[in-house]
Amino acid sequence: MTHTGKPGHDLTGDETGAPEPEGLDARLVVDHGTFRLDIALTAAPGEVVALLGPNGAGKSTALRALAGLAPLTAGHLSLDGTELDRLPPESRPVGVVFQDYLLFPHLTALDNVAFGPRCQGATKAQARATAAAWLDRMGLADHAGAKPRRLSGGQAQRVALARALATGPRLLLLDEPLAALDARTRLDVRAQLRRHLAAFEAVAVLVTHDPLDAMVLADRLVVVEHGRVVQEGTPQDIARHPRTDYIARLVGLNLYTGRAEGHTVRLDGGPTVTTTEDLTGQVFVAFPPGAVTLHSSRPTGSSARNLWRCEVAGMETHGDQIRVDLTGELPLAADLTTVAAAELELHPGAEVWATLKATQTHAYPV
Amino acid sequence: MTPADTSGAAARTHKGTRKGTGPRRRRVGAGGGQGVPLPLLLPALLALAFLLVPLLALLVRTPWQSMPEQLTSPVVWQALRLSLVCATAATAVSLVLGVPLAWLLARTEFPGRGLVRALVTLPLVLPPVVGGVALLMALGRNGIVGQWLDQWFGISLPFTTAGVVVAEAFVAMPFLVISVEGTLRAADRRYEEAAATLGASRFTAFRRVTLPLIAPGIAAGSVLAWARALGEFGATITFAGNFPDRTQTMPLAVYLALQSDPEAAIALSVVLLAVSIAVLAGLRDRWMTAS
Amino acid sequence: MTRPAPRTRLSRSAGAGAAVLLVLGAATACSSSADGDEAVSGSGSASGKLSGTVTVFAAASLTESFTTLGERFEKAHPGTEVTFNFGGSDSLAAGITSGAPADVFASASPKTMKIVTDAGDAAGTPATFVRNQLEIATLPGNPDSISSLKDLTDSKLKVVLCDKEVPCGAAAQTALDAAGLKLTPVSYEQDVKSALTKVRLKEADAALVYKTDVHAAGDKVEGVDFPEAAEAVNDYPIALLKDAPNAGAAEAFIAYVRSDEGQRVLADAGFLTS
Repeated sequence: MTHTGKPGHDLTGDETGAPEPEGLDARLVVDHGTFRLDIALTAAPGEVVALLGPNGAGKSTALRALAGLAPLTAGHLSLDGTELDRLPPESRPVGVVFQDYLLFPHLTALDNVAFGPRCQGATKAQARATAAAWLDRMGLADHAGAKPRRLSGGQAQRVALARALATGPRLLLLDEPLAALDARTRLDVRAQLRRHLAAFEAVAVLVTHDPLDAMVLADRLVVVEHGRVVQEGTPQDIARHPRTDYIARLVGLNLYTGRAEGHTVRLDGGPTVTTTEDLTGQVFVAFPPGAVTLHSSRPTGSSARNLWRCEVAGMETHGDQIRVDLTGELPLAADLTTVAAAELELHPGAEVWATLKATQTHAYPV
Repeated sequence: MTPADTSGAAARTHKGTRKGTGPRRRRVGAGGGQGVPLPLLLPALLALAFLLVPLLALLVRTPWQSMPEQLTSPVVWQALRLSLVCATAATAVSLVLGVPLAWLLARTEFPGRGLVRALVTLPLVLPPVVGGVALLMALGRNGIVGQWLDQWFGISLPFTTAGVVVAEAFVAMPFLVISVEGTLRAADRRYEEAAATLGASRFTAFRRVTLPLIAPGIAAGSVLAWARALGEFGATITFAGNFPDRTQTMPLAVYLALQSDPEAAIALSVVLLAVSIAVLAGLRDRWMTAS
Repeated sequence: MTRPAPRTRLSRSAGAGAAVLLVLGAATACSSSADGDEAVSGSGSASGKLSGTVTVFAAASLTESFTTLGERFEKAHPGTEVTFNFGGSDSLAAGITSGAPADVFASASPKTMKIVTDAGDAAGTPATFVRNQLEIATLPGNPDSISSLKDLTDSKLKVVLCDKEVPCGAAAQTALDAAGLKLTPVSYEQDVKSALTKVRLKEADAALVYKTDVHAAGDKVEGVDFPEAAEAVNDYPIALLKDAPNAGAAEAFIAYVRSDEGQRVLADAGFLTS
């Protein structure tokens, strides 16, 4: 359907016999005073995992523990079969993109990226060559000589990504990678970041409180609240079957990819959606479940351009809201009040018509 | 920047113009048009006067007609040269040893750190003459460390130019350590963390990231230390003695001149002041405005 | 500038703040209160019973002996108090000429006394009450076997002299000139006590200092007399001051210093007495 993850990795299919454990396998326990983080986290190479949760949930602590910046109170941490939990941060094959990037202000973009290779023993020339290649890949060749304060937010973000990748990490950590950007650049940077993450062959873990970022960027979401994992799964799973009110409110989002031609987007293997944006090429289309209206029979005289016939696959109650999981022409999630659900006499297997106003959709390039 | 910003600025300007006709405009101007509150202005001016009037008095009482004679005396040049060389060397010593100490105090946890910090600042409150005696007892020919230096290496610090540097560094280093430690505490430690995740050892992170970041603080601390070393008297004369062109720095020359010829002492002081102002003003422009 | 405050030791706290400030030249601010104090307690009559405070400005080298003399004087004349301000003679003279309310000035050199008499601040002619002469201070036991001024010119020895600008340095130069010797010390110290300290701490092998200083240092240093010292004898003059708030008691104190008993105390401290 919607999410364009990478092909699944066959963990057991190692033909040399004794299977090398690959990827990330961790249980992170960090105690500080009143707060305790205790989460299990696994990821296969090539997989992008998003730690999603409200502020103070312990996401950043988890990230710091993975990087070695916060010591584990208990648990374990292994990456590609190597135990990392006793190693200091500088000895871990881990790259970090910090929330406000933390580019070294006294170094140029090039030297920021060359910093890691230098620390790994490369000569100055080698390190700079590596850095230049990375900046080129990020489309920043022209800004190699610029000091960080001369870079725009998006450029700084890409330099930070290049800097983290230039050491060839086996685990890439991204802390709220888009939080520091304004709404306009955010879309572009998110799309670029998505491409770079897709090309990254090792494990990537990103921390965010923004469900859209998480769903666009990650193959799998791990939702953390109060230091615990409350739910994990694909973005679709979680959007459809939120297990807590927080997730229902935050992760409630229908997300699709398709090809746009003007105001019409033909979804991959599905119907078309009319949007307000005028775009061409590969795009994302997203809309919140609350934007969907359900009808027991085909509505007449509705101004909605987007009309699909669906079947109720499941329903979950969250407070006074009901999240309805729909299959059919277009699989989607819809939120309605308990009263409305009762009036519609919804039940699994029931046939309904879903409408959506173009103004409530959000389309943007991949 | 954004239209909102522009309009905000315009609104402010407009308001300011309107207020300009009113009676509240009459305030002490401080460049930006913002008034300086009187409870701050008066003590500030008093402080300025308090600091400057004695220096002014020195200038007023300077025997200008004998200045050329003073300035051509080799004793003055020897003392001035020695003062500059020793103060600079003492600053260098303070940098090499003091910056790592500041790092240790700011970045590591060890039992008794608070006590160590207090001890480090002790030379600030110790009368310099006592500091000189303490140095003699430690590094003198018969001192607890000095006797070994003398026996094993034939090194004797008292009465030597190196001894002047040691005495000045002893008094000046705390200024540098305190200043750099403060800068380190204020500096964003996450840059060091970022360096660590890039594979930098703590030392590499310190050298390539922390040090450049705190450079303004180090510069400020160095200037403080240099100025303190330049004016050092008590510890120097006690530890290194007083011998022309070897250990007689300007403050020593000034003090001894004061015994018999106060006019000469004033002239020497003015020379020292002029050189200090020239150097400090130069450094300020170059380094300290960045921070 | 880092000129240290002159060494001061005061036997009574009443005038302490005032005296220290006075030495620093802030005479006008404190003189009125000090005057008032003296006016109440002072007697001023030589024939009557002595009482009140006698303020004595005395050279630093007199510290030990004058403190003893002050205590004995107070015992002999109940109701009197002797307050001392010990310091460098130059500083003391400067304090007196700027109006410090002192009764007696005992200086370490005629030169500094002349500053006071020239300013018209002395009552009558100063009298030399004691003399001091140089001695070689060596390490205990005289390990370098120094027996003459010439021995000090050995380049292996670390010798400290007072700076030529201060009295003991001038005296040392006079003695060396008289002996026809040239001596390069490792340091020209700012005063006699600093020179002696260098020997006491064994940083220097020898110093040219006053006999009284060697005496005061006890067994920490050993004194070696030398004949050329006679060429550089220092006279210590003492004088009653013109504006003495307690002239009667002050005169009695001067007389006591010059008495046989007073001279004995001073001789015990290493001074030459007549």
